[in-house]
Amino acid sequence: MRLRCGSGWERNLLPRTGIENAMPNNDIMQLDNVSKRFGSVQALSNVSLTLRAGEVLALVGENGAGKSTLTRIIEGVFPPDGGGLVLDGQPVTFSGPRDGHAAGVRVIHQEPEIIPHVSVAENIYPGALPHRGGVFLDRKTLYARAGEMLKLFGMERELAPQQHCAGLGPAQRQMIEVMRAVHAGGRIIAFDEPTSSLTGEESQRLFEVIYRLRDEGVSIIYISHRLREIVDVADRIAVLRDGRLIDVEPAAEASEESITRKMVGRDLTEMFPERTPPTERCVLSVRGMSTEHVSDISFELHAGEVLGIGGLVGAGRSELAKGVFGFHVRSAGTVEVDGKAIPSGRPGDAILAGLGFAPEDRKEEALLLLRSILDNATLCIPDRVSRFGLFDRRKATDIVDGIAGRLSIKAPSLNTPVSHLSGGNQQKVVLARWLARAPKALILDEPTRGIDVGTKSEIYRLIADLARNGLGVIVISSEMPELLGMSDRILVMAGGRITAELKGDEMSENAILKAAMSAEHGAESPDEEVRTA
Amino acid sequence: MSAHAETPRTTLGARLTGLVERVGIHNASLILALIALLVLFGILRGDVFFSSRNILNIGMGVAILGVLAISQTAVIVSGGLDISVGAIVGLTTVSTAMAIDATGWAAAGPLAGVAIGAAAGLFNGLVITYGRVNAIIVTLGTMAIFRGIAFIISNGQSISIFNDTFRLLGIGRFLGLPAPIWVLIGVAVLFYIFLHKSIVGRNIYAIGGNPVVARLSGMDIKRYRVGMYVLSGMVAGIGGILLAARTGSGQPISGSEGLELEAITAAFLGGCAMQGGKGTVIGALLGVAIIGILNNGMILTGVPTFYQMLAKGSLLILAVLLAEYRLNRS
Repeated sequence: MRLRCGSGWERNLLPRTGIENAMPNNDIMQLDNVSKRFGSVQALSNVSLTLRAGEVLALVGENGAGKSTLTRIIEGVFPPDGGGLVLDGQPVTFSGPRDGHAAGVRVIHQEPEIIPHVSVAENIYPGALPHRGGVFLDRKTLYARAGEMLKLFGMERELAPQQHCAGLGPAQRQMIEVMRAVHAGGRIIAFDEPTSSLTGEESQRLFEVIYRLRDEGVSIIYISHRLREIVDVADRIAVLRDGRLIDVEPAAEASEESITRKMVGRDLTEMFPERTPPTERCVLSVRGMSTEHVSDISFELHAGEVLGIGGLVGAGRSELAKGVFGFHVRSAGTVEVDGKAIPSGRPGDAILAGLGFAPEDRKEEALLLLRSILDNATLCIPDRVSRFGLFDRRKATDIVDGIAGRLSIKAPSLNTPVSHLSGGNQQKVVLARWLARAPKALILDEPTRGIDVGTKSEIYRLIADLARNGLGVIVISSEMPELLGMSDRILVMAGGRITAELKGDEMSENAILKAAMSAEHGAESPDEEVRTA
Repeated sequence: MSAHAETPRTTLGARLTGLVERVGIHNASLILALIALLVLFGILRGDVFFSSRNILNIGMGVAILGVLAISQTAVIVSGGLDISVGAIVGLTTVSTAMAIDATGWAAAGPLAGVAIGAAAGLFNGLVITYGRVNAIIVTLGTMAIFRGIAFIISNGQSISIFNDTFRLLGIGRFLGLPAPIWVLIGVAVLFYIFLHKSIVGRNIYAIGGNPVVARLSGMDIKRYRVGMYVLSGMVAGIGGILLAARTGSGQPISGSEGLELEAITAAFLGGCAMQGGKGTVIGALLGVAIIGILNNGMILTGVPTFYQMLAKGSLLILAVLLAEYRLNRS
């Protein structure tokens, strides 16, 4: 591997290629009508966007709006289905991230990729270590070079080149990854939620580095949910919604409110069915529950109620469900289903007590992809589909046939492996499993993720039906319209805790976003929240 | 392919596809490989190869391997692997012989063999499941431990069995077939029902296929996993009993000549996947048949022993490569 050395890049953060200067307006890359489809989901449709040298472009949007798909296409992880990329005025096709990296595109991920038991220096220069005679690692040169790099980033007092990376905090890991990107000649550097695990001070230092990179002509893509931060850091703000580019505006003209409106502004007409009011009977009661991931969770769910749980990704919503269901071990608190306490760490007992849980990740956590619809749907009712311990196909078929009809699962036969089904039908198989079980309370984690609009509204109607018949349903969702359209009550989570309970008129997109995001800043005073509201 | 058969030609084609569909594309390819081997050795040594004596020889040769391959398949389906089975066979031949020697009672042998096998499997299962150690590492360790115990309790000596009733299990015949083949048939039928027809078997496929899904569906996966190793130990015990009955002795060294290698090879040939959740009893039996015929044919055609080892090792790698290939394609 050739080592980049010489005088140029030690003075500046970046080696100058000289190419970008030839471009009008310093445009580095253009996305020209980029579209991408995953199965039945249109992740991106006809997005056209220009990345300019020396600019911070913020990318905002709800979960699933297409931000990460966009960065992956720019990085070359997968090609677009339609449209194309133009780099330095020339159309390019990346056949893998290797191509993207060679073109100078780097993504700094939320979880920095650091090799833990190796020195800081080696982590800055992986694959480009200086050597002597082609065999021996030249540690002296390596450490000297890494020392220079650390100094450039103002980290020389904090990190030593020969220090091992195992014990480093997220901020330091992130900086190492930025250094890696800079050393590799990154011209387009994307930061994916870079401040989510940083303190205020660490964030400030990151911003300074970002400004310096920008001033040296790097094109920065900045992805974050923290709108306030975005308004401060970015030069331009691009808003994505449902895979479409809604707007690109100069940050100077944007406000948190205007961005929020563009992010969530959807009409909720007709998507959601009529609901009947919930009863007073409590079917699920959680008191003071803590696990490794969530703290002090208390709430009640009533028969016939749809309880929405909102919050950002990583706020602990799925972990709440897994704690209640007993998949995670609880360190404190009690969970009662219909007045009966269920033990921690034993999902089997939770199911017997009348609890159901459809996890978010259908392929990894809900379905046996190689097995049939019949097998998957009867997984939780072994007693009803067996005789003398042997699987009774006829009994199973009778049960599943009826439910599959009710859910209108589209498949050649009940023996079809679920891997052959569309996302919507796969989700229906998961729901069929729980309909067969007939629980008293059912937790649905992102029940419509990756599902087309038609099936979505079918699932909403089913949820309303189940609630009408006395089931208590928890719907965890990142989609605002879904939360607002389905829920009788909404809990908002942030940092593993419930930060707000919204009822009736209090339930609004703004209220949820504010509770989920402002709470994430943690130290903010309530006054400040009111002021920005 | 068209389902509407209009000419005799398409009828045959449709029937063939129907047949392949029923036995499964994978088993069909195993049957083809088997036929190829039969043709090959038939051409090379047809005079001896197809004699009824040789065929019974092959059957006797694979009876013990067969039971081990079947239980190995079950373990792999559940997401594990047990490479200590050969050592358990050695340990149980010794304990079977010692039990008969001590009591003079024929039934004491099988009882001791199965009990010791189960205990060995329980140890494997507990360490793997509750110690959360990789199954290959644990059973690699216990392979040496069980072998060591066999040598210690026998003083490294072969222990002769002078009980004719017990020896019937190894050399007796029923309806013209040797007893070990009947045992293999019995084990195969039981495991077929267990793995493919019972609720527990269905759950084992679920656990091996995706443990998270299995747990979220309410299964106690630790108990199942321990159970599979106990079962594997018990079946290895049965293998040990058969071997002791056939040779008329308990030998600490027995089962050490790559028995686990052959059992694992047969399981992978039979359609198991390293990740678990896949594999069938029929497939394992076909895999065993291929190995048995290959062993026998190589001896008949005079392939030197060293080259036979080479062939067997290559077969395992080939089987796993095929399994990976299938998995990536699906």
